[in-house]
Amino acid sequence: MKKISFLIVGFLIFVLVFWLNSCTKKSEVQPEITFVKPANFPEPVYKLERNPITKAGFELGRMLFYEPLLSRDGSISCGSCHIQGSAFTHHGHDVSHGIDDRLGNRNAPAIQNMAFYPHFMWDGGIFDLDLQPIAPIESHVEMDEQLENVLEKLRKTRKYPPLFQKAFGTPEITTSKFLKALSQFMLMMISSNSRYDKYVRKEKGGELTQEELEGLAIFRQKCGTCHSGELFTDFSFRNIGLSDFVNKDEGRALITLNPEDKYKFRVPSLRNVALTQPYMHDGRFRTLQEVLNHYSDNMQDFPNLDSTFRRGGKLGIPLNENEKTKIIAFLRTLSDETFIRDKRFSEPTP
Amino acid sequence: MKITFSKWVLFLVFGVFFYTACNKKDKEPQPNSNVMAEIKLEFDNVAGNQNLQLNSTTYTNAVGEQFTVSLFNYYVSNFVFKTAQGNEYVVPQDSCYFLVQESNRNSQVVKMRVPEGDYTEVSFVIGVDSLRNTMDVSRRTGSLDVANLTGENKMYWSWNSGYIFVKLEGNSPAAPADPTGARRFRYHIGGFGGYSSRTINNIKTTTISFGNQHAKVRKGKSPLVHLEVDVLKVFNGSTNLSIASHPTVMFSPFSVNIANNYQKMFSFHHLHNE
Repeated sequence: MKKISFLIVGFLIFVLVFWLNSCTKKSEVQPEITFVKPANFPEPVYKLERNPITKAGFELGRMLFYEPLLSRDGSISCGSCHIQGSAFTHHGHDVSHGIDDRLGNRNAPAIQNMAFYPHFMWDGGIFDLDLQPIAPIESHVEMDEQLENVLEKLRKTRKYPPLFQKAFGTPEITTSKFLKALSQFMLMMISSNSRYDKYVRKEKGGELTQEELEGLAIFRQKCGTCHSGELFTDFSFRNIGLSDFVNKDEGRALITLNPEDKYKFRVPSLRNVALTQPYMHDGRFRTLQEVLNHYSDNMQDFPNLDSTFRRGGKLGIPLNENEKTKIIAFLRTLSDETFIRDKRFSEPTP
Repeated sequence: MKITFSKWVLFLVFGVFFYTACNKKDKEPQPNSNVMAEIKLEFDNVAGNQNLQLNSTTYTNAVGEQFTVSLFNYYVSNFVFKTAQGNEYVVPQDSCYFLVQESNRNSQVVKMRVPEGDYTEVSFVIGVDSLRNTMDVSRRTGSLDVANLTGENKMYWSWNSGYIFVKLEGNSPAAPADPTGARRFRYHIGGFGGYSSRTINNIKTTTISFGNQHAKVRKGKSPLVHLEVDVLKVFNGSTNLSIASHPTVMFSPFSVNIANNYQKMFSFHHLHNE
């Protein structure tokens, strides 16, 4: 009897170990790195052929994204203000604190679906993803470093020259290779598996409740002019009547020098919007409810206020409380749990 | 009469023939435009009739403000050389972007390869053309590398993608004091016209004639054309710039006036044929 139970226990342990083992093995399998356009997305804007994405290039970009050497005193990395759990925004911060706790003047935007963006930053001042990282690196209130110094610091490490060799064939660390590696990482950061996406693609798990479906219908009707398409933005710049008492940031006009563009900012994508509070270019609203209240009741008039908001008798978008609740319910279906948990995008363990 | 006329023509033809033949004998061999050789341009920064000295000498602009210069950098690019015969040679884009810095002696002489010939004129862009401003980062090497230069010498705007064409900084009692008590003026002029929305375009071209002199480019002989670049012209021109009114001019509509001024800061001084 004893012998038999010993055998049974032994067998069970064997099975358990085997099972555990197979599980760990499964998670150890390196996911392939290939850029796949989600079925419901538009064509990418980034010219992928000029920077072919490879596993080594992507991994190097990921390493650089989380590399504090990019900042003057080695205190912050890109990942400091672009946190995965908040869809790569700075959760809870209206504006971010950079180096020496200096405050910026704009809310850190989400890093997601960059391949589909025609321009970057709230004012669209940067028109090429490859050129984007230079801005935060050299901004006095962000990383406050010089690109040339960053490259020099990386050249002196033991870690990076071999990684550049693996990614680009030669160990030299150049501006172009550095920026292209970061782009490779960011190009792969695609968020396209929210419940809404599954609903649109008629996939398993794509069930929306009655409230969410009604919210979607109201949203398309009342918000869809600007937050259009599957990225929920038309990438235009608009003045949405945010009071200029809070700050005098002139937005797009700083780039075009056109007075018509004063206080205009890029229409943001609403993907993962429930995860990226606070809201607006300066993070002035803490909740989606406050955002909708702005559109329905609190708009300030400007000569160049977007004409969309002048359709009714009152400035803004006519919305009642019931409609707001439904819109918010719908917006929550744009949260993509797969994206914010995707191990490929998280900080690499040393 | 008829015969006389034919004789005259004949005489003329012979005359021209002899003249050319004689001339050829006197002169060195004609340049072979299939052979490439070097030409050098020196950008000699001056202030009026004095040589420019950083941080030491005080100069006065047209509105009577005194100032010293601490930094003077500018891009010159897209060179086209013209021969006495009127033939133009466009230097290939990949080898015609230069950043001239007053603080860097070596940057003030630029070398290019052109076909052998007798050159009488050069034209170039002050700044960087819009195409290069929007080109893939892998094509931006040398002086156009966006990591090139650090600190105050940086000639690139990262927040509003584009190169700074001309950068002039200095001190002046006319400038307001900053929190440290320094009275600085800063002119960072750029703007290539905008990528998706039209905005200021400060790309300027200038054409410099060598007067009646010829820069004789031959294999093994590289002439040096000495140009003067007058920093006072940044201030004085169609708009007389006042440091007091405009201590800082960067990406703004007013920058167009400064660009119009500095377009005329280059002039021919002399040339050496080796």
